[in-house]
This record gives sequence, structure tokens and C-alpha cells, in this order.
Amino acid sequence: MMICPYSETEVNQGRRQKAITAPTTPVTENRQFGSKMTDSKYFTTTKKGEIFELKAELNSDKKEKKKEAVKKVIASMTVGKDVSALFPDVVNCMQTDNLELKKLVYLYLMNYAKSQPDMAIMAVNTFVKDCEDPNPLIRALAVRTMGCIRVDKITEYLCEPLRKCLKDEDPYVRKTAAVCVAKLHDINAQLVEDQGFLDTLKDLISDSNPMVVANAVAALSEIAESHPNSNLLDLNPQTINKLLTALNECTEWGQIFILDCLANYTPRDDRESQSICERVTPRLSHANSAVVLSAVKVLMKFMEMLPKDLDYYGTLLKKLAPPLVTLLSAEPELQYVALRNINLIVQRRPEILKHEMKVFFVKYNDPIYVKLEKLDIMIRLASQANIAQVLAELKEYATEVDVDFVRKAVRAIGRCAIKVEQSAERCVSTLLDLIQTKVNYVVQEAIVVIKDIFRKYPNKYESVIATLCENLDSLDEPEARAAMIWIVGEYAERIDNADELLESFLEGFHDESTQVQLQLLTAIVKLFLKKPTETQELVQQVLSLATQDSDNPDLRDRGYIYWRLLSTDPVAAKEVVLAEKPLISEETDLIEPTLLEELICHIGTLASVYHKPPSAFVEGSRGVQHKRLPGSAGSGESVESPDTGSAAGVSEAPPAVIPSQGDLLGDLLNLDLTPPTTTGPPPPPASSGMQMGAMDLLGGGLDSLLGGDLGGGPAMGTGFGAPPAAMPASFNVPVSGGLDDLFDLAGGVGMPMGAFNPPKTVWLPAMKAKGLEISGTFVRRAGVIQMEMTLTNKAMSVMTDFAIQFNRNSFGLAPAGPLQVLTPLSPNQSIEAALPLSTVGPVMKMEPLNNLQVAVKNNIDVFYFSCQYPISMLFAEDGKMERQVFLATWKDIPNDNESQFQIKDCHLNSDAASNKLQGSNIFTIAKRTVEGQDMLYQSMKLTNGIWVLAELRVQAGNPNYTISLKCRAPEVSQCVFQNYEMVLKN
Amino acid sequence: MIHSLFLINHSGDLFLEKHWKSVISRSVCDYFFEAKEKAVDPENVPPVLQTPHHYLITIYRDKLFFLSVIQTEVPPLFVIEFLHRVADTIQDYFGECSESVIKDNVVTVYELLEEMLDNGFPLATESNVLKEMIRPPTILRSVVNTLTGGSNVGDTLPTGQLSNIPWRRAGVKYTNNEAYFDVIEEIDAILDKSGSTVFAEIQGVIEACVRLTGMPDLTLSFMNPRLLDDVSFHPCVRFKRWESERVLSFIPPDGNFTLMNYHVSSQNLVAIPVYVKQSITFFEMGPCGRLDITIGPKQTMGKTVEALMVTIHMPKAVLSANLTPTQGNYTYDLATKVLVWDIGKLNPQKLPNLRGSLSLQAGAPKPEDNPSLNIDLKIQQVAISGLKVSRLDMYGEKYKPFKGVKYLTKAGKFQVRT
Repeated sequence: MMICPYSETEVNQGRRQKAITAPTTPVTENRQFGSKMTDSKYFTTTKKGEIFELKAELNSDKKEKKKEAVKKVIASMTVGKDVSALFPDVVNCMQTDNLELKKLVYLYLMNYAKSQPDMAIMAVNTFVKDCEDPNPLIRALAVRTMGCIRVDKITEYLCEPLRKCLKDEDPYVRKTAAVCVAKLHDINAQLVEDQGFLDTLKDLISDSNPMVVANAVAALSEIAESHPNSNLLDLNPQTINKLLTALNECTEWGQIFILDCLANYTPRDDRESQSICERVTPRLSHANSAVVLSAVKVLMKFMEMLPKDLDYYGTLLKKLAPPLVTLLSAEPELQYVALRNINLIVQRRPEILKHEMKVFFVKYNDPIYVKLEKLDIMIRLASQANIAQVLAELKEYATEVDVDFVRKAVRAIGRCAIKVEQSAERCVSTLLDLIQTKVNYVVQEAIVVIKDIFRKYPNKYESVIATLCENLDSLDEPEARAAMIWIVGEYAERIDNADELLESFLEGFHDESTQVQLQLLTAIVKLFLKKPTETQELVQQVLSLATQDSDNPDLRDRGYIYWRLLSTDPVAAKEVVLAEKPLISEETDLIEPTLLEELICHIGTLASVYHKPPSAFVEGSRGVQHKRLPGSAGSGESVESPDTGSAAGVSEAPPAVIPSQGDLLGDLLNLDLTPPTTTGPPPPPASSGMQMGAMDLLGGGLDSLLGGDLGGGPAMGTGFGAPPAAMPASFNVPVSGGLDDLFDLAGGVGMPMGAFNPPKTVWLPAMKAKGLEISGTFVRRAGVIQMEMTLTNKAMSVMTDFAIQFNRNSFGLAPAGPLQVLTPLSPNQSIEAALPLSTVGPVMKMEPLNNLQVAVKNNIDVFYFSCQYPISMLFAEDGKMERQVFLATWKDIPNDNESQFQIKDCHLNSDAASNKLQGSNIFTIAKRTVEGQDMLYQSMKLTNGIWVLAELRVQAGNPNYTISLKCRAPEVSQCVFQNYEMVLKN
Repeated sequence: MIHSLFLINHSGDLFLEKHWKSVISRSVCDYFFEAKEKAVDPENVPPVLQTPHHYLITIYRDKLFFLSVIQTEVPPLFVIEFLHRVADTIQDYFGECSESVIKDNVVTVYELLEEMLDNGFPLATESNVLKEMIRPPTILRSVVNTLTGGSNVGDTLPTGQLSNIPWRRAGVKYTNNEAYFDVIEEIDAILDKSGSTVFAEIQGVIEACVRLTGMPDLTLSFMNPRLLDDVSFHPCVRFKRWESERVLSFIPPDGNFTLMNYHVSSQNLVAIPVYVKQSITFFEMGPCGRLDITIGPKQTMGKTVEALMVTIHMPKAVLSANLTPTQGNYTYDLATKVLVWDIGKLNPQKLPNLRGSLSLQAGAPKPEDNPSLNIDLKIQQVAISGLKVSRLDMYGEKYKPFKGVKYLTKAGKFQVRT
């Protein structure tokens, strides 16, 4: 961003001087000062000699001139100009009794001390002297400023003055010093601990002045966030009592800190809980909405402990509604945060706001983000009692201007129908009315939701199908087309011309999106099973389209499965394809209860806005481990000493920004590409086993392909058990897995004992990459990680000049050499390429952790895809820990970092499991058998030096294993668990 | 806590940055600019944005974005409240909150920001505490300072800072002691096509202007306090007294402040002061439509409705309007498609009417969406909820102050659907 909003007109120095020194008559003087005395003049000079000029002014003897000069410097600083060259001259102005000048110099120091640490030392003496000043304002200012200067040498000198200030007689100084401890902790946590400042800070919770208490709580909370296991805020009934007393007397901000702190306390019994609630309730009437929401959090949490039949419980419920409603009349930004929180509250305790539906009605000039949230809450509050009102509103919204909002409103009508059974009929008729408007996107949304209504109330509203069919031609969005096709297929027996309708879609089969293609395939198979005589030709046509002419593996797989089912056992096919579908659940988007409970404890926080648990996304909070993960590559040392690691990580790590695509592209194009040699070895023959010749419907071609093993049937059946509506999303995973199994069985080759390497999957479909298809997998052999890829050219022209590059990723994976594709790849040809990888590349945390973003270039274009590598690729061969070390480390890692998982349906005994895991560098260190249960203690070490410890429990005869993982970087646990599951099951 | 603040103007220029911890590169704002681009209207930019390493919390006020960067889990409302407080303070100091005013006073703004937050923790946000530390610029003072070399920064500890009443400074003196209270109510309502109320509520506020010598202790009581559904108070109000006696007892801040906000919700019947008869139709054939609006008084408590104004956001296809008002005048902005009919006083004997034709873009389809009407109005000397102040008593000081209460009702978000 370049910033040049200021006029470039020069203000004449001389003229300004004149205006100051030569007063004229009062009237004109005012006018003149009005225009000349503003600070905007500081912005205007951009001359080369500016710095030089300022230097001269800073060293002037006149106080006033000095101050003006410092002001100019500050003004330049605020707009981002670099005035660091003036450091010594500005620091020279610090020794002054003019408080404004002093403050200005301090402002400058805070900004630039970091870049000029040696110079900053010059200021130390003045600071130390100021900390002894008789004026408390100056004492506080000095200690406050010193804390903001993030230079080690200054920090050392800060300790003594800080210690004095924490015990200062003046509360203003004490409260400033309390915050200063948090600052110092941010710079050097170890120092704070060594100097015993934490204990002093804890003592301040009992200070006589409420403002000091509040600041001490705030400082301790912030420190505790980066120190998850320290018992800093030791809450007991005595401290709680002190906090509650301070709560009434401190500032609004202090109240927020104290309330947030109170929310972490667990009362001993319901009586204590009630007494805290009683003392917190008055905060609901505070003008500051953050105070109100923090109070709501405390009440929502402590309410859980109150018996429901208590009178007070009912009173409390009643008291919660009005303040929440009032939050909705505040500024839109506040409304948004309030609405996100109300969404949680409504899910947990719908009774609080059940009578307040109307406040969520949307006003046409609400910002869009408020509108969408209100709509969501309206649905949650919808009940039989208010459904008429809600429907009338939704219908109103469906005629608004904003397309996103209208769409959501139409969907909401569908959700009402599913939620409130009595209203279903009215909802359907409302939707039909909306379809009559013929507004394209309204019609399409309506059809999508009507499909869901059919699934919830089968055999009830099918009479509307005729109306839906009238709109067939106007549907141009995949989701709506797919929904319509599903409806036609599902009710084929009631639609006379179902075959004609479906046939009309078939004409442009290859131009449809995958979602529609899959749905069309299923629908025609359903139709065939229902009306076999007339539709044989149609089904044959679609099967051949899906299996022979399609590039999409999901579609081909599904096509083959149907084909095979139909050809082997039509009765079974009927059972599978036309199986009874489970009814869809009432509310599909409810937050999962345990997560909801966690989020209720975090009302008012960012977690509550994003509806994600705080551990999932807040970087730096609960923090050391989160922070360290990407940074600790290569040094095992920092893993062992979290404190030093965290300090460096927090204060110094510059914010990394994901390179935009442009950068990546630029890098890629700068690659030193070796020209392809034409005399290389011939590529291996194309290995796409699915490319089959023509087949007749009942022919045995498939049987031979699948190796005549019929055992695959049930496996496919489970794939089909998923309701058809959900198929497009979930289909590919189980079924393609099933097929792989089949192929393995057919070949009779089990995986050799050793590292398990997942089968190749398609990473980059040809459709997305102008004909280049890349499938691949990762393997680790003898400590070398390789990315094995099959590149297939499905385009019409030759491809050359391949190159590859990775985006920064969690573990610094990077190509160790160029991509070796030496011969040009001609159409319909495949080539295998193995790319060795190193782990010393640039690091950036990815989501999920094992995600890898790849760019591949060829002579046609640059393509991007992302894939996930099994984390076992990163398990080093020297990952076997000494028993003693294991024991000590296990104890040393805090329990919060432990995560437990279940591995289901695994039939190996513990020794077999141990062998299998060893192949992936997961080493068993010890085995213990307790009451028929085998416990395996295992360790593994990631390439960046992070150790993961595991306890695997295997009970004879029980196919479910339990695994506990402990690691200092707990975010890897999920990945490691998935890896266990994958290795053990293959 | 709050890490950094960036001020960005309407067109996306970043013109001020302040960091309370280490410096964060302004490139972090790129995520915001991206969102701004996507949202089209500045009002629609989402207030909380997630970037790989930070959170951006933004408010949009007076055509300026106040963008704060935070790095740890912080209550977003805390940040938003604080940002609004920054904007309030600038408004309070310089009379308006705009880019040019901030640039004109950039050093003072910078000093203020430094005083308001320390290490991301709010330090002094009360206007009267701030004003003792950093004096607001007045033309007179800058003249005097320039001539005498004086300073804008107070060098003694603000008296309010540590007392139990941080909102009031000690040693206040006036020759005329006066206390004024304005009870202002806004009606938020949605009326449907047929004129019946879909939703209505009242947002009330009591603004006070108190200029009293010394440490006065005031008690304000109402005739009918139970009317109020929800209340939120300035910190000076003693909550216990309100709970037990329903009176407002407080030691007031000096000068202007908001004493309380209240809310009379839709559970009670809210009086709707006007009715609107409207018809806006677009013809299937030919590029035109008709508009006919009449407004009449409904429940006005016997007072005159003033400053009546109707605003309509027309569908995009409406090119021009050819209308005749019986009272007031109208304008139609072609660029924003906003029709404004400024009526003025509502005369119950001769109801104002606006009628005529609308012409549409040739060939455009008949607009699907129905424009809503936004109504503005004012009624002096009445609080539409019926709230009345019964008395104001003063304790703690001997003199006799001049007291005054004013009532005013306004339309807030008052919408009529068509």
C-alpha cells in the first residue's frame, strides 16, 4: 500500500515563522492561526533536506522550537516515514522538565529503540532518575515507557525501578507497574520469574485499590495465557471475594478483566454459585456491552450448577433476556458479535429468548453480516407458537434485493418445514408461491430445499412434483439441477415421462458438473430398477458415458459399481440402490454438544464469534506449543525449554504472510529449468487400468477386471448405504477405497511388512489442469522421503518443461532436486516421477497440519493443487527413546497436552501391531500386560525434533484400540492418530 | 490485548498507525482491503476478520475505518467498545471525527492514543480524565501557548484517576449552576403493507448536561419507572438504589454525558405516531410505474409531528420520477436511486400526498423487489413511551441549581414495507 493522501504543497517555512512571531490584529490572527497552527503542516514537507533541517531544529536552544521539531518528527513517524536517523538528537531532548516534550520523546523512543539498541542505552539514566521523581505521574510514565522498550539491555535496568514501583505508595504507580510486569514477561519471561515479580503481582490482587486489583488480574490473565500450566490465577473463595468487591468499584475495562477471570472459577457448591451470580447480575445493566456479555458468560456458566427448581434459577433466566435484546440496538459491529453469541445461548438455553423472536426481524438497511446472523437465530427460535410470524417474515425477505440474503431466506423456509412439522404444509405452499415468481435463483434454492422436505416427510408432498418439473429448463446451478434429478429418480414411478426428463439431461452429460453427473447416473439406475423394460437403452447409455468417456474417477467408479451390480445380481442391486433412506435429522447445523459447552464457557471471546474451540485457532493463546511448532525446526533444544522459546517466538517472530499466488508464480517462473533431453529412457507404458474396451451390459469384462472376486460386494454395499442425497460429497472416499481393496485381493499381493505407503490418489484432476492429471503418494525409504507421482497427459498436445515447487508448509518439506521428467509427455501417455524431498525448506503452519500446497508448471500453464502427506513420512529412523527418558518425558509433558483416540475395527494382536508400526518408524519401547490388556509404549520423532509419545492399549478379542498421545506440540496428535489408524488398517 | 490501530479512510488510504506493542507491518491490512473489495459497500465489511497470524477487528464510523490488530484471544466486544471510545474521544476533542481533523491534530491524537491504552490495556478513557492530562486544543489556547511557550499536557496527576468517582474531577466551579436532562426516544418499527405493526420498540436515552459546583449528589425519579424493560447506566449511577427504589442516584460527571439508556420492548404496546398509505406499482407493459403515498397522524399524544421525511431506495431499473407533492419537496438521486420526500410539519387537516409516475429503463424487466419506505420524524415535548421525570433533588451542596427536563421523540429505524 502506498500512501499519498496528503497534498504535496510546500508550506513556506519562513512564512510560518512570520505568522508566529509577528502578531497582527486579533481577528486576522485567529483566522491565520486557525489555518496555520494545525498539525497537518507536519505532513507537507517531503523535501530531501527535511531530516537535516529537523536535526538543526532539534538541537536548537529554544525550548519551543525543540518541541515543534519533536512534534514534526512524531508526525512523520505516525504516517510511516522513517525518521530513525534522528535518534540521538531526539534522545537529547529527553532531559527536560516540560512534561509534553518528555512524553513526545518517549513516544519516539518506544518506536525506534528496537532498531537502535545501543543508542537506547543513552536513555536509561533518565528513566531510572524519573522513576524516583516526586511526581507520581512521572514515576508511572517512566516505568510504563521502559516496559515498552523491547531492548534487552534496557530490560535489565528495569527490574529495580519496577520492584520499587510495584510497592509504590501511590496506587496510580502501582497499577501502571502491574501492567509493566506483563510487558516484561512478554519480552523475557524467565527474568520475570527469576525476579519474583509474579508473586508480587499475585499479592496485588489483595490491594486496597480496585483499579490496582483489576490491572493485576489483567496482567496475570495475559501471562497465564502464554503459560497454560502455571497456577498463576489461583482462585479460591477468598480471592473470589476480593475480586467481587473490586468488581463494583473499578473501571468498566477492569470489570471485563475481573469477570473473565471469575468465569474460570468453579464454585464449590450451588450456594456459592448463587451468591456469585447475585453479585454479578448488576453488571448486566452496564452501558459497556463488553461488560454485559462477560457478565452473561459468568451467569451462563454458573447457572449450570443451580438446581432447576430453585426460584432463583427462574429469576436469573428472566434477567438474562433484556440485556441481550438491548445489545441488538447498539452499533452494527457490536450487534454482530452479540448475535454470534446469542446463537450459542439459544442453542444451549432456548427458553431465555423464546419470546423475543421479533427483535431478530431484519431491517432492510441492516448490514448484510447482521442480516444473515439474525436469520439464523430466527430459525433456531422458530416453534409451533411463532411459525406463522416467522414464515411471513421469511417470505418478505425472499423478495429483497440482496441475492445472498434472499437465498438464505428461501433455505430458511425449508429448514422451518423440517424443524416444525405442523408448518411443513404451509412452508411447501410458500415455496411454491416463490417458485411462481420465476426469479431464477429463488426457484433454484426452493427446489434444493424441497428435496430435503421430501426426505423428511416421504410420501406427503409429492403432488408438487409437477410444478417443479415445469421449471426444469430454468435450472442452471449444479446444486439445483442435482436436486431436481434426485427428485425425478426417487419418484420415477410416479412421473410418467421420467425417462424423457432424464434423457434430456443426458444430452449434455459431459458439460455437467460432477455433482450433476453422479446424481444423473444414480437417478437413471433407479429408474431402470423401477421400470426395467423401457429404460434399458437409457441405462446402458449412461453407464457407458460414465465409465468410458469420463475423466472423473469418482464417476467411473460409481459407474462400474452399478454396472457390476446390475450384471451380477439385479435383486441385490435393487436392495442396495432403492434401500430405505434414513430420515434427515431435524436440525442439521446444531453445534455438537461438547463443543457447545466449551463455547458457552468462552462467550464474548473470538472463539464464540467463530464457533470454534479456542485451541483450534488462536495462535499464541494456550500458546507456547502452538507458537513453537513451526519455529522449532532443527533445534531439539528449544523443545526442552519452553520459556526461552516462547519469549523469542512471541516478541520477535515477524508476522509471516502467505505469499500470494502471484509470488508463487513468480518464483516458479524463475526456476532454473533444465532443458528436457529427448534421448532419455522411454517412459513406462500407460498404466490406466480403467481404460477398457467396449463392453456389453451383461458381459464378463468387468468380472475379469476385478479378478472374479465377488467378496467385494458387501464392501460396496456399505458405500451405498449412505443416503443418495449425501452421495456426491461422501461417495468417492469409501468406494474408491473399496475398489483398491478389491484390486489388492485380486492380485493376491498383501503389503509387504515394512513402511505402509498409501496408494496413489489423484491430486490434480485433468479437468483442472488443461489435461494434465497427477496422481501420487509419499513414501519414506531409508530415511529419504519421496513424492512418487504419475503424470498423465490427457490433452491433445505434447507437454514439456515440467517443474515443481511447494508453498511453505508446517514441516518445511521442499523438493531436494528438480522434477525429473526428461522426455516430453505425448497425449495419452503416463510417466512415473519420483521427487526426493528435504525438510529444511521454509516453514509455515498449515491447516490441516499435513497439508502441502504444490505448484506444477509445464509448457502450457502453472497449476496448483494441495495434498496431504501421512505424517509418518516425517518419523525419523532414530525415533526410539530410552526407557528412562520416555518415562521422564511422559511425566514432564502436561496432561493438557494428552489426547485420546479410539481406533475401531482393528483385528491385529499387539505384537503384529507393534511390528507393523515399526515399519513406519513408530518404535515400541516397552510392553506391559495388565488384566489381559496389552499396553504398548511407543515413541516417534519428527524430522523437526518434536517427540511424540504414545500409549496403545490392545485388549484381546476387542477390535477397538485406545491410544493416548502426548506431545509438547499437541496439534500434531490428530495427524499422528490418523496415521496410526491408516497403518494399522492396511 | 489490542496490539495496533490503523486508521483508514473511505477510499482505502491508511493515514495513521499506532502500535502499543511491537510494530506490526501495515501489510496486515491487505486482508482487510481484500474484504472491503468483496463487500462493495463499506457498511458491509465484516467486523471481525481472521488472518493467518492476527485478528482484525474493525468499526466503520463517520466514513472512517478504525482497524485494530490483535494477536491473542481478546473479547471482540471489548475491542469494538474501545474503538468506539477512540472515535468518541476524537469527536469530543475536535468537534468532529474526520480524516482532515485527525490530520490537523495528529500529534494530539497520537498522545491521546498513548494515554488511552498501555500495552493494549485501557488506561484512561474517561473524557474528563483525558482532558486534564491532554488539554483539548482551542484556538485561544494555541495562541497563548505559542506566545508563552506553554504546553498542552497537564503535569499533575488527574484527580479523578484514582478516586472512587473517576468520572468527576475535583474543584469544579460555576457561577451559574445548572442541570439539564434530555429524554430522547427513538421508535424502531417495521410496518407491513397493510399498515399493521410487525415489530416496534423504543430505544430511549437520557442525555445530561450538568454544570454544578463542587460534589453534588443528585437523585432523579420518574413518575412511571416500571415502564422500562431494560436499562443500562453510566457508571456513576448507584445500581442498588435503582434495584430497590427505582430512582437514579448519582454524583454526575462534569459537563455532557449519557446518564442512561433504556429499552421499551415490543412486549408493551408501542404508539406509532403516523400511518402511511402507499402504493408503488410497476406495470407489466411499458417502462413505467406509479407511486402514491399519503401520510396521516395516528397516535401523536396531541402533539405536532415535525421534520417528517420519507426516504425510498428505488429498484435499480427506475430511471426518473415525475411526482407532485402537495406539501414539501422531493428529490430523486439518479446515482444512488434514492427518493427523498422532505415534508416538514404534518398538518392533520390537509394530509401530505406525493403521487406521480416513475419511468423505468427501457427493456428492463419489471422490478421484483419492493422498495421499503424509511420514515423520519420528530415530536417535541413528549416521550412516546409515556416516561416522565417527576423530580430532581440535590444533596451535598448548599446552592440552588437551575433544573430543566426536555422530551423528544424521533423515528429510529422506522420502516414501512410495500
